[in-house]
Amino acid sequence: MARMYIFKRFERFWHWAQAALIIFMLLSGFEIHGTYAMLGWEKAASLHTTAAWTLIGLWLFAIFWHFTTGEWKQYIPTTKNIAAVMKYYSVGIFADAPHPFRATQLSKHNPLQRLAYLMVKLFINPLIWVSGLAYLYYNDLAASKIPGLADLELGSIAIVHTAAAFMMLAFLIGHLYLATTGHTPLAHIKAMISGWEDVHEEPQSKLSREAA
Amino acid sequence: MRTGILMVAVMASMLLVSTAQAAPAPAPEPAAKKVSKSTADHSKFKALQQEFGSGPEVTKACLSCHTEASKQLHKTEHWTWEYKSPEGQLLGKKHVVNNFCTSVASNEAACNSCHIGYGWKDDKFDFSSEVNVDCLVCHDTTGKYTKPGGFAGNVVTKDTEFPPGSGKIVRAINLKAIAQKVGKTSRATCGACHFNGGGGDGVKHGDLDSSLESPEKALDVHMDAEGYNFACATCHQTEDHKVPGSRYAPTAQDKGEAHLRGKEYKTIPTTCQACHGQAPHKRIAKLNDHTDKVACQACHVPTYARGGIPTKMSWDWSTAGQRGPDGKPLIKKNAEGHVIYNGIKGDFTMAENVVPEYIWFNGRVKYTLREDKIEKGDKPIQINRFEGSANDGKSLIWPVKIFRGKQAYDPVNKTLAVTHLAGNDDSAYWTNLNWEKAVATGMATVNASFSGKVDFIETESSWPITHMVAPAKDSLRCHNCHASNGRLEKVRDIYIPGRSSDHLGLLDTAGWAIAALTLLGVLGHGIGRIVLGKRKK
Repeated sequence: MARMYIFKRFERFWHWAQAALIIFMLLSGFEIHGTYAMLGWEKAASLHTTAAWTLIGLWLFAIFWHFTTGEWKQYIPTTKNIAAVMKYYSVGIFADAPHPFRATQLSKHNPLQRLAYLMVKLFINPLIWVSGLAYLYYNDLAASKIPGLADLELGSIAIVHTAAAFMMLAFLIGHLYLATTGHTPLAHIKAMISGWEDVHEEPQSKLSREAA
Repeated sequence: MRTGILMVAVMASMLLVSTAQAAPAPAPEPAAKKVSKSTADHSKFKALQQEFGSGPEVTKACLSCHTEASKQLHKTEHWTWEYKSPEGQLLGKKHVVNNFCTSVASNEAACNSCHIGYGWKDDKFDFSSEVNVDCLVCHDTTGKYTKPGGFAGNVVTKDTEFPPGSGKIVRAINLKAIAQKVGKTSRATCGACHFNGGGGDGVKHGDLDSSLESPEKALDVHMDAEGYNFACATCHQTEDHKVPGSRYAPTAQDKGEAHLRGKEYKTIPTTCQACHGQAPHKRIAKLNDHTDKVACQACHVPTYARGGIPTKMSWDWSTAGQRGPDGKPLIKKNAEGHVIYNGIKGDFTMAENVVPEYIWFNGRVKYTLREDKIEKGDKPIQINRFEGSANDGKSLIWPVKIFRGKQAYDPVNKTLAVTHLAGNDDSAYWTNLNWEKAVATGMATVNASFSGKVDFIETESSWPITHMVAPAKDSLRCHNCHASNGRLEKVRDIYIPGRSSDHLGLLDTAGWAIAALTLLGVLGHGIGRIVLGKRKK
């Protein structure tokens, strides 16, 4: 079985660090929200803030990395073949049909992934950050006298932040499941750890040749 | 050889000189007299080297040096018991009706043992008299100065039977010895009255009782007798005998900076901020983000009545009047030995380590006065209403003691009653347990009309909690308020993270529903893969 190096070292580090931080922040965040008690409110709030700053730091590196390596192009949305991918996940996957998309170094994500990740990066993440920073610096906002910002209610900020957290939770559930849909349940996960993806010695479908 | 002898002689003499110099210095001086911190020893003043037959005689002696003192005191509420509130209400002990012993009027002889004057026994008292100002009650340092109830603020200089014919003797005090030892005010002198508000130790305020006379650090970090040892006046920095820190018009929110010496400030020196400023939390900076909404006291006075002395939480006058088998007013005590029923007063509840109630408070207090029309309804009459809201820009969340009472009122004229309680006359309630007579006399004293009918009405009074500041480690923690059904559950119009009543219910429902549906979706999908995958094999 051939192998292909798909996920570079920084990319893998970024992914897993981000995964850990997001899961922790969901757990601590819903405790702060008042959904349950786990760490204790004080600890939850304090660690949630530390994790937020860590993630922001990580993201600054990641953004730099994406632009210097050109990896940002992986997230350019495309509708090409999207129907085929959707058909695969809703029908083909149950019949053991071949995945219409074959990952390569130049194109790691299938069109559905591209869209989903782009949504996370351009919508959910910014929403969480902006609302989270507003939440954290609510007092300074109120003191700033900036029209529109100064009279923002903490309640409204919290609603946006919570809504974004629910979106992230839904994404996480879907993402975790889809990670098991490789040719073996752990194939994608292994690839995300080692960077190497197994390539099946099977006749390439027309679509995957095109994508390559 | 000769030089040798000379050298030895010189060295020997040096040694002698040095020992001679060293010898007397470290020797302890057994007779070392501690020099007084004050520049004046009052026992050396001629004016005080005399026997005093009455309080005013002492004051006259004081005024012979402190010529302006009485003039200053005449301008204070400590003297006038009268205060015109910013809302235009005429307040002060002289005028208000409270829900403890209800009113000073008609009870002056008893109540006014806590007036800083001598002889205020009725409405004829001369408020312009300089010698009637009582210097000793605040400036005594011996602890021996007392003003027994029933003497209208006068002191007893000859052993006196009181009440007359009772066989009980009120012992005389030695004014000369007390006057020769005057000094600064102290927790004990202020406390002699302020600890005993409401008629007994800790009764009224809850955050002021005799446990603060010599408190441990855990009870009050500032007054800690072994530590900072603050006197009342350390915070209530007094000038011209004017004591800042009024309860009639409290400073609920102080946005000023910490005070520097010598600099002029518009803010009063009594608030927490006057020393600690606006951002006092060094270790956890996030806490400073609370100071715009939450009074320091809300977290730093976790409970009141913490010094082992219970405070009165409620008082039901309507049950008063029962006599025991001996014909005397009935007394009932609880397991701890505290009186919970007294035939002359009714039922009480007492409590220690009380969790305050929390309200928005902007410093404006509106009183229900004796003249105001009141109506029996679902809600108690608010003797004093603490005003404030989340949005007025002037309010903070304050801890308060709410004292709940049921007291006499005139159901026909619909006014609070002035009740004549104490006295050796036929109409005093504490003498004959007759409400109609007691209220008739009380109302007549303030020239108020009385229908002749007495009923009882539920009332509430509010008391700010500000003393008994605990050490930082004992202050409230995040979860005390950032939780559902936490300390601030009833404080509305503010979003408190962690309090579920602030949640937008729809968002939480929708959010969890979407998460659950996603989970169900992927589980279904996964089961499909497993089942169909197996079937093929």
